[in-house]
Amino acid sequence: MLLIHCPYCEEDRPEVEFVYGGEAHIARPLDPATLSDEEWEHYLYIRRNPRGRHHERWRHTHGCGRFFNAVRDTVSDRFEQTYKAGEPRK
Amino acid sequence: MSGYRLPAGGRVNRAAPLDFTFDGRAHSGFAGDSLASALVASGQMLFGRSFKYHRPRGILGMGTEEPNALVTVDRGGAGPGWGRRTPNLRAPSVPLYQGLTAQSQNRYPSLKFDLGAVNDRLGAFFPAGFYNKTFMWPRSAWEKLYEPAIRRMAGLGASPTERDPDHYDATYAHCEVLVVGGGLAGIDAALAAAADGGRVILIDEQDELGGGALSDQALWGEVADKTMALRRLGNVMVLTRTTAFGYYHQNFVGAVEQLTDHLAPAQASGARERLWRIRAGEVILAQGAIERPLVFDGNDVPGVMLSSAGRALAVRYGVAVGRAVAVMAVHDSGWRDALALKAAGVNVVAVIDLRGEVAADLVAAVRGAGIAVHLGHAVTQVAGRHGVSGVTFAPGGTGQGQQLAVDALLMAGGWTPTVHLWSHAKGSLRWDDTWGAYLPDVAQENCRAVGAGAGAWDMGAGLALGTLPGPKPIWQTKAFVDFQNDVKARDIDLAVREGMRSIEHIKRYTTNGMATDQGKTSNLNGLQIASGSLSKPVTDIGLTTFRPPYTPQTFGALMGHHKDALFQPIRKTVIDGWADARGAVFENVAQWRRARYFPQGGEDMHAAVARECLAVRQQVGMFDASTLGKIEVVGPDAAEFLNRMYTNPWKALAPGRCRYGLLLREDGFITDDGVSARLAPDRFHLTTTTGGAARVLAMMEDYLQTEWSDLDVWLTSTTEQWAVIAVQGPLARAVIAPLVEGIDLAPGAFPHMAIREGTICGVPTRLFRVSFTGELGYEVNVPAEHGRMVWEAIHASGQAHGITPYGTETMHVLRAEKGYVIVGQDTDGTLTPDDAGMAWAVGTKKPDFVGKRSLARPDMSAPGRKQLVGLLTEDPQEVLEEGAQIVADPDQPVPMTMLGHVTSSYHSATLGRSIAMAVIADGRARDGQVIHVPMPGRTIRARVSASTVFYDPQGSRLDV
Amino acid sequence: MMRFSGLNLIAQAFSGHQSWPEQWPDKAPKAAYDVIIVGAGGHGLGAAYYLAAKYGITNVAVIEKGWLGGGNTGRNTTIIRSNYLYDESAHLYDHAVKLWDGLSQELNYNVMYSKRGVLMLAHNVHDIQSFKRHIHANRLNGVDNEWLSPEECQAYCPPLDISPNARHPVLGGALQRRGGTARHDSVAWGYARKATALGVDIIQNCAVTGIRRGPDGAVLGVETERGFIGAKKIGVSAAGNTSVVMNMAGLQFPLESYPLQALVSEPVKPIFPCVVMSNTVHAYISQSDKGELVIGAGTDQYTSYSQRGAFHIIEHTLAAICEIFPIFTRMRMLRTWGGIVDVTPDRSPILGKTPVQGLYVNCGWGTGGFKATPGAADLLAHTIAHDAPHAINAPFTLDRFRNGRMIDEAAAAAVAH
Repeated sequence: MLLIHCPYCEEDRPEVEFVYGGEAHIARPLDPATLSDEEWEHYLYIRRNPRGRHHERWRHTHGCGRFFNAVRDTVSDRFEQTYKAGEPRK
Repeated sequence: MSGYRLPAGGRVNRAAPLDFTFDGRAHSGFAGDSLASALVASGQMLFGRSFKYHRPRGILGMGTEEPNALVTVDRGGAGPGWGRRTPNLRAPSVPLYQGLTAQSQNRYPSLKFDLGAVNDRLGAFFPAGFYNKTFMWPRSAWEKLYEPAIRRMAGLGASPTERDPDHYDATYAHCEVLVVGGGLAGIDAALAAAADGGRVILIDEQDELGGGALSDQALWGEVADKTMALRRLGNVMVLTRTTAFGYYHQNFVGAVEQLTDHLAPAQASGARERLWRIRAGEVILAQGAIERPLVFDGNDVPGVMLSSAGRALAVRYGVAVGRAVAVMAVHDSGWRDALALKAAGVNVVAVIDLRGEVAADLVAAVRGAGIAVHLGHAVTQVAGRHGVSGVTFAPGGTGQGQQLAVDALLMAGGWTPTVHLWSHAKGSLRWDDTWGAYLPDVAQENCRAVGAGAGAWDMGAGLALGTLPGPKPIWQTKAFVDFQNDVKARDIDLAVREGMRSIEHIKRYTTNGMATDQGKTSNLNGLQIASGSLSKPVTDIGLTTFRPPYTPQTFGALMGHHKDALFQPIRKTVIDGWADARGAVFENVAQWRRARYFPQGGEDMHAAVARECLAVRQQVGMFDASTLGKIEVVGPDAAEFLNRMYTNPWKALAPGRCRYGLLLREDGFITDDGVSARLAPDRFHLTTTTGGAARVLAMMEDYLQTEWSDLDVWLTSTTEQWAVIAVQGPLARAVIAPLVEGIDLAPGAFPHMAIREGTICGVPTRLFRVSFTGELGYEVNVPAEHGRMVWEAIHASGQAHGITPYGTETMHVLRAEKGYVIVGQDTDGTLTPDDAGMAWAVGTKKPDFVGKRSLARPDMSAPGRKQLVGLLTEDPQEVLEEGAQIVADPDQPVPMTMLGHVTSSYHSATLGRSIAMAVIADGRARDGQVIHVPMPGRTIRARVSASTVFYDPQGSRLDV
Repeated sequence: MMRFSGLNLIAQAFSGHQSWPEQWPDKAPKAAYDVIIVGAGGHGLGAAYYLAAKYGITNVAVIEKGWLGGGNTGRNTTIIRSNYLYDESAHLYDHAVKLWDGLSQELNYNVMYSKRGVLMLAHNVHDIQSFKRHIHANRLNGVDNEWLSPEECQAYCPPLDISPNARHPVLGGALQRRGGTARHDSVAWGYARKATALGVDIIQNCAVTGIRRGPDGAVLGVETERGFIGAKKIGVSAAGNTSVVMNMAGLQFPLESYPLQALVSEPVKPIFPCVVMSNTVHAYISQSDKGELVIGAGTDQYTSYSQRGAFHIIEHTLAAICEIFPIFTRMRMLRTWGGIVDVTPDRSPILGKTPVQGLYVNCGWGTGGFKATPGAADLLAHTIAHDAPHAINAPFTLDRFRNGRMIDEAAAAAVAH
């Protein structure tokens, strides 16, 4: 069970308090109607799925309820850092 | 009959004799014995039969590494159908208690005369991987003949067949330092850590601290003193009989504590085992080392065992393994053991060592103790089948053999540091030539290894061998590597010859290391043999991955508290108890249980539902709708937010009015729906489906927090805060009118799809005028703590009007008569609003909403999509089966082209016939067409209706 | 290739099994091949075999970064079934089941396919509706699947608790009698042995580090730890690592890789005669020929390549098993392990061509890849040989995610109301 630092609560809490939210920094297009099918597909489905450094979203569902971002190594599962939603990509 | 109790010595309490049985025969031992030590003390050297060849086996080790001496322990039942039988327990790890009842395994009819031993005679035909090469003809014989035979022969002990009356505990613990292993290295580490003042937990799998030092009388005093020191410290928790079985991410360590299995059943109370989930700042691994057997012809005869086992028996338990004992060593520790045994009173007759030269002090000491020394020799043969009757040894293993009359042979093959937990946590390993084994190298967690497990312990010097040299070629020997799985040196050699080069292939092909000891004594020897066969250094062959658990752990302990009522706690509404008392039949929906119908006087579901339906249509019914998900949406931008989430427009909805909302996923498919009310310009009361509440809230939070953080909106789950009572039917108004205050119920003042706030029965209510039945109806929302009271008051008030409680099944029929969709039943995550006939709910003028862009993808509006339609069977009494498939041509060959399936189907008492809904390709264009529902043995004809509304299509019954 | 048979086994026994040849030779890579398959799991080795055996393309290399069969092939719970709902899925998986039947004889390697039956338990009205829908659809597709009452379920699987008071009572089940299990390692080894006998090279411990493409965009071959290897056609069958390999060709895929754990108990005498799955309780279990209870867990929630999962997943899995089979609480867990499953947005595989000329893909099997092994392998081989998909895998394109023509079995089964 991972130990996750919530940047809002500023505490390390066990993974079961959190829900994973997939790859981070994929903003919903402001005007989806102007997107081609290919661009929309990219937004909806295409993921980096890297082996290594991964930017991802977590939600402290059973805590403060806030979404935040994390950088985690997908090979070691080790967190490099977590940061608040809205902050630039680390 | 070679083992016996020494006249004195050991840590057993000779004043406390204990009686027990093995295979029905009475034996006795002492408090402090394990089952293995007590049996050896009474001369029992034969403990079990091996997995594949059913060879007779004794004990190999005296710890968790034991592969052979597996027994079934029966701790007695607790009434019919309840039992406490546990198979595959390692006899050295079973503490003795008064009345212990153990049986040997994997033998028929008896341990001594096992018919399965024919496998041993035929062993030449069953080399590693034999099953890949045969049993293929005739084709059907694999399942009918060969596989059942193999299964019967395999499998060790028998599974429990009764329910387990014991219960299990689970807890969490946090500490600054966790020390795994309570030998002297671990004790010292715990003492040092405790000095820093933090919380320290020390775990050891044995029933007392000391580890290997328990087999060294000279260290007993130190162990006792330091144990006492630990116990005096307030910040140290010592857990004995506890196994740290797995080391997970970020210093999370799982451990299981044995609480009662060491006690006689009559004395046991409380939980049988306890799961510890420990999060530690630092983990110190002091797991020690396990001795390696030597691989030579005959090394599996009962009475041949690890030297450390012979020593533990003598020193710790006061038991001699034989009347005349020899030691076959390639490592100094065997010499030390010989001396310890001798000192304990065991007749050690010889130490044989393959090495030509051994430290002079050891040789002198052993000779001085009157023990013969044979340097440069190796045992080549062991006489005896059920016990050792003698050994042959020869110079270099190949020279002229000499006989030695012994009844036990100890093997000192060197030591393998225990790096299991280190490896669970992805710590790297390095090969060490001195140990002939892998040692911890770089940790990935805040973790370090100490003691023998780190290679930091003086075990003496020695060789690391694959096999002992012998006179015969390897393929003519029965030299065992993995004792339980009967993997011989020649099997590993065969695997290599057949092209298995990776140690993982060798392991899987031969099953070396895959027995219940998970290779604790076989992995390194297997590697060395493979290294020899491949002519490659050990480090080029790889290492199999260590996986949790370190030793086998009980399912019951590992599942924590998640059993019975706590497996998944069931959610009940505040009205559930009322329904229960009225004999309601329940169904599970998501995590809830809901009343399905209320049978009266022996009614079946069909009769009860028909009665309930007619009551709602003709008078009035009441229904517990409390499970509906509810979300309070508050803030200046609440309407804008809902406008973006739902398909339909929300901004123009006036306060006091309700609207049906349809929610899509971003991929354009329907995910939820519900009627929601605007209470004020900045406040909405949303409802969701019963199963969708959490999902919808999470989805909304996601968009609100991460996409539209500019919106000033707050979302709060209120599902549990409101009890919801649906009062439905022509007389609904009359039923609630006497109870409601502060709300004008007149149709003009309170129309359909409106909400009013006031009180009912003196408690505040949000009163919805909504209907999922097509009748005049209200949904009475009251704070949950008043729900039962209001329910009963409505029920009492309704008596004069013939009010009838109804359940989910009736609700389903009533809504189907009206063509109302149930998301999740009539839609399935692959339907668009248009597919579901709800294009009307899509605000086409809105620039955007969740899922809108996806609806514009080519296939989302392509011809041939399945559409929700009504279906009427030609035979009005025929009720289609939900899930039945629909075809145009019932006479086509299989595989048929299917048009769709029946999503909802009921008998409608109101209409006096069956009704159904279905999703059918291009369904609406098939209005009036006959389709076919092929069932086993017959086909049902039905007619498509583009409309799903079967009753009151004008909706005139709603607006009264 | 020396023929495997009982007679040969007996004959070899008398010479101490000294003459068994290597099952597959260890080859150094040639400069170029007609086809390179990336990934020596069951799917990749099988594709190489079918290319050689059915399509006459024998100048084939299978390149593997570790040891063959060491990925999900050697880490799964070996369940085989084809009672899928949608026509596309049912045809795909039934193609595989038909190939499973007779695979041992075809490969002359006993893969121990055992039609023990796969029983899926229904615990609520929604399950019943969903399973009936499957059963009817399967019947009309010619796929066996039948409804059992709770009593019939227990008769088929005696350890099952059908008490109506259970938290999730058993209301019935869907049984596919042709479903069952096979021996996972043997599948990889059997394909490897037969493929190499037909001329295929298997190159292990050779990670692909790049995919080289020509000026026209078409593939030219792969860069590896052991140098460049040319091929005009490359089939990628790399399961959890597909995204990584596809990146080398400049492609991003609709895939995420998750840890999936499984576990076995200590071996016991025969107690569990079939395979049982419960989606509602989240459990699946069978008993191996060796006697171990083989139990599948769910995925962890986050993407990972660590082949390692969290303990609470095991905790919940065992709770689920003991909820349905309470007699097993005293059984003991012997070993756990993890694999990496690659999951697509609709949980169905992608099997066919890619936007890059000469690059073919077989991925996205999620937790269901083992059962499809021979079928997926055959269809990948067909697609590579013809540069066009077979009718069975034609719907499993990459562009369905652009068009919206999803094949979403999970959506069709899972939603509760």
